[in-house]
Amino acid sequence: MASVSIESIRKDYSLVPVLRNVSLSIADGEFLTLLGPSGCGKSTLLRILAGLEVQDAGSVRIAERVVDGLRPKRRDIAMVFQSYALYPHMSVASNMALPLRMRRLSALQRLPVLGRLLPGTAQITADIDMEVSHTAKSLGIGHLLPRKPGQLSGGQRQRVAVGRAMVRHPAVFLMDEPLSNLDAKLRVQMRAEIKELHRRLGVTFVYVTHDQAEAMTLSDRVAVMLDGELLQVAPPQDIYADPDNRRVAEFIGSPKINMFDGVVRERGLIDVAGSTLTIEADAITGTALSLGIRPEAFYLAERGGQGTLTGSVRMIEHMGSDLFVYLDLAGIDQPLIARLLAERAPHIVPGQTLHVGVRPERILLFTRDGRRLRPDRDSSKGAVTPFREVAR
Amino acid sequence: MNAGISPSRLPLSVALLRHAVLLTTGTLILLPFVWMLSLSIKPPGEIFRASFSFWPDKLYAVENYTKALSETPLLRYMGNGVLVCTMILLSQILVCAPCAYALAKLRFPGRGLLFGLVLVGLLLPHQVLALPLFALGHQLGILDTYAALIFPYIVSPFGIFLFRQFFKTIPDDLVHAARLDGVSELAIVWRIMLPMALPAVIAFSIFSLVSHWNDLFWPLIAVRDQSLMPPSLGIMAFKNEEAGNDYGPLMAASTLVVLPLVIAFLAAQKWFVEGMTGGAVK
Amino acid sequence: MSGPLTLSEASDKRLMPIEVPLPTAQLARKRALSEALVALALAGPAVFFLVVLFFLPVAAIFVIALTDWRFGATSLSFVGLSNFREVCADAGFRASLVNTVVYVSIVVPGTVILGLAIALVIEGGRSCRGLYRAIHFLPFMATLTAMAIAWEALLHPTIGLVNQALAALGLPTANWLRDENVALPILAVIGIWQNLGYAMVLFLAGLKSIPQELYNAADVDGADLWIDRLRTVTLPMLGPVTMFVVIVVALRAFEAFDTVKVLTQGGPGRASEVLLYTLYRESFEYLRTGYGAAVAVLFLAIVTTLTLVQVRFMDTKVHYQ
Repeated sequence: MASVSIESIRKDYSLVPVLRNVSLSIADGEFLTLLGPSGCGKSTLLRILAGLEVQDAGSVRIAERVVDGLRPKRRDIAMVFQSYALYPHMSVASNMALPLRMRRLSALQRLPVLGRLLPGTAQITADIDMEVSHTAKSLGIGHLLPRKPGQLSGGQRQRVAVGRAMVRHPAVFLMDEPLSNLDAKLRVQMRAEIKELHRRLGVTFVYVTHDQAEAMTLSDRVAVMLDGELLQVAPPQDIYADPDNRRVAEFIGSPKINMFDGVVRERGLIDVAGSTLTIEADAITGTALSLGIRPEAFYLAERGGQGTLTGSVRMIEHMGSDLFVYLDLAGIDQPLIARLLAERAPHIVPGQTLHVGVRPERILLFTRDGRRLRPDRDSSKGAVTPFREVAR
Repeated sequence: MNAGISPSRLPLSVALLRHAVLLTTGTLILLPFVWMLSLSIKPPGEIFRASFSFWPDKLYAVENYTKALSETPLLRYMGNGVLVCTMILLSQILVCAPCAYALAKLRFPGRGLLFGLVLVGLLLPHQVLALPLFALGHQLGILDTYAALIFPYIVSPFGIFLFRQFFKTIPDDLVHAARLDGVSELAIVWRIMLPMALPAVIAFSIFSLVSHWNDLFWPLIAVRDQSLMPPSLGIMAFKNEEAGNDYGPLMAASTLVVLPLVIAFLAAQKWFVEGMTGGAVK
Repeated sequence: MSGPLTLSEASDKRLMPIEVPLPTAQLARKRALSEALVALALAGPAVFFLVVLFFLPVAAIFVIALTDWRFGATSLSFVGLSNFREVCADAGFRASLVNTVVYVSIVVPGTVILGLAIALVIEGGRSCRGLYRAIHFLPFMATLTAMAIAWEALLHPTIGLVNQALAALGLPTANWLRDENVALPILAVIGIWQNLGYAMVLFLAGLKSIPQELYNAADVDGADLWIDRLRTVTLPMLGPVTMFVVIVVALRAFEAFDTVKVLTQGGPGRASEVLLYTLYRESFEYLRTGYGAAVAVLFLAIVTTLTLVQVRFMDTKVHYQ
């Protein structure tokens, strides 16, 4: 059982910064996901946690103990790798037993033939075998113990990799894209199993993925990483609905969030693409802002006017229960994408003029340099202040 | 990311130990080369002196190398080597590439059998065939000619195998597209497959050139006429004539025979390693 | 006829209203036939030369081994296995066989172990990798005939560097190539010297192909000492490469000839005579054609058996997947 704390980690690869001053606290027993596109530094951060790589600056603490300079095996962590990294020449049983053998047997006791004759070896080996078979059974891979990894399916290998990590009861589980080598159906199934495993073991999980669905379904909190920086660390629903900045808003969600540039007309109103929308913020007239509107925030409006956007239908994608409607708005290159319930939006055809409305509380406001402006619900916090900075 | 078995950057002592070990083994490996060079620039008096040094007191390089070139037709040997190796390589590519294409991209009865034959040919030690090939050369009346040095190697099972493996990795769609454009099958081999398989062609060329430049067994059997000898056989003949008395010129001649390949190797190390290991290194 | 031609013929026929298009089954047969003809034309020369230069000679060697034929003779008669009986009864051949086995059993382990060790040391650090690789690989492609002459100078009893160095250190010297106890081992050392770089390069490639994640897993699992990583990951993962290296080096060692021919001519006595040298001398110097053919057949049998046994072993033992 352990919390993990990462303080001001920096890492460069031949002068190219990969991690820039990353700090993060992970609570004991928490499931935290590092989410980001490939090359954002999330795997490097995980490898630094594991001790497989050394940071250029900053410090890592696991269970309140500074582990910088400690070898991986002394950190009380276990890791599941993207390729599973099972030793192909060893049986499943030997693969799972290896971490225990390395810890409990001395170098002499591990010698091929001689080791078995040394006092104590037999007893320790028997204990290890028992623990391995116990763990294997709990994962439903007991019958696979004598097989070699090459004889297993992808899902089975994944379980063995998890088993090898589990068998010595680490305080922290590190997982580096463990599901990316599985097909879509198996991925969903293994996702549920990992979630269940976390519930059962109750230890800290740090999980790296580029897959939003995995991050959203598994995590207690998601840490969004882009270009070596942590942009936001929050529960999944907040990451989606209440992003801290424009980059997070744009990275999360598919189809992508609609972004528009607008200029404040007067308090509570903003001009966007030839229309005027109501917003929940105090703003000085003439301030340039960006608006983010999720596709599903739009509803079909009877007629245009304040609070609606009007455009001509470029394309329609039927997704079963939903429709994705692409609208060309006047003076904007990117089409607006609205996700409408199929039953409420019948008979839409390309070329048709369409009005879509959006309620003020569904509009996310960003300054032009990408920072989020939260609605001024609590006036004492003074959400208006940033506007002055922007207006300068 | 660190590769191999080094956990991270090596501690200084280990790094120094590594260099010490490799410099030692490297020196031992290079010793014959160094000794050969050293003797090739020494006057006879110094060669036969009891004490040793690598650098001569009196530089005798010009005399030794001149003698090596004048007393033996060394340039002739090397010219023979170039001629024979080139002819062998050209005929091998000419014969092997179309066959490899058929094996890789066409369906025909007996394809499996043919490939099996190629594999068997690949495993046959060529020296076993020397006796019947000698008889065949005799029947054809081409012994003691350039043709005798070339004919056993007109086809190379290794060449067929290597090209076939490489051709297989070229997408079928490319062949289909070429056919739709009206390119003939033979033109597909020369104009599309071979250029795309350039790495394999280079690797095979190096393998073929080096093997036949260095070959001693077959030339020893096939030619007696000194004017036809390739370098390896020529240098041996020179050694036998000298009977070990004139080391300076002999070492100079050896150096000259080894030199072209060594220079080519140093210039294109990666290709040589790939070619000489038969594409096993990838 | 090529594929597209058949295609256009077919479409031409469809354009002509009078002719009924060929049934598809017939079309497919025609297409297959034309493809086979193209293949035959392309593979023909190679097949011809493979047969004439490889397979007929192999057949011929078996036939000659059963006859009393000699070069130049116009007649021959079958003598059954008498050539083989002669070969097997010949103390010279038996010595040659033993010498070859001794030579191979020095060269193979020496080359494989040294090649592996040097590859591990080179790959163990990052600096000068290319340089060290080049140095150790150099003997493999240098003309062996010429290098044998250099070795002779190195091993020369009076002016050779080896004896001069030994004498300077106060150690006993030897006439390396004229002493029947050391001539063969010395040839084996030269064999190791020549093939070492080849083994090294193959091992280097093998080392590069080991997935980095396996080393990471070993680190996390606690196998993080040099020796543990070697035992847990490196050596097992090199299994297939090692088998390959052993086979190829063994075959090369069985085919040793150049150094014997240049340096010892099989001597002193028969102390360094190996199979291929026997094959050469009997066939082409003594012109004992039938005898030479029998030696060739036995040589072929040994090499083939070796290859097959090792390929078999490789299939069962070292392929993990």
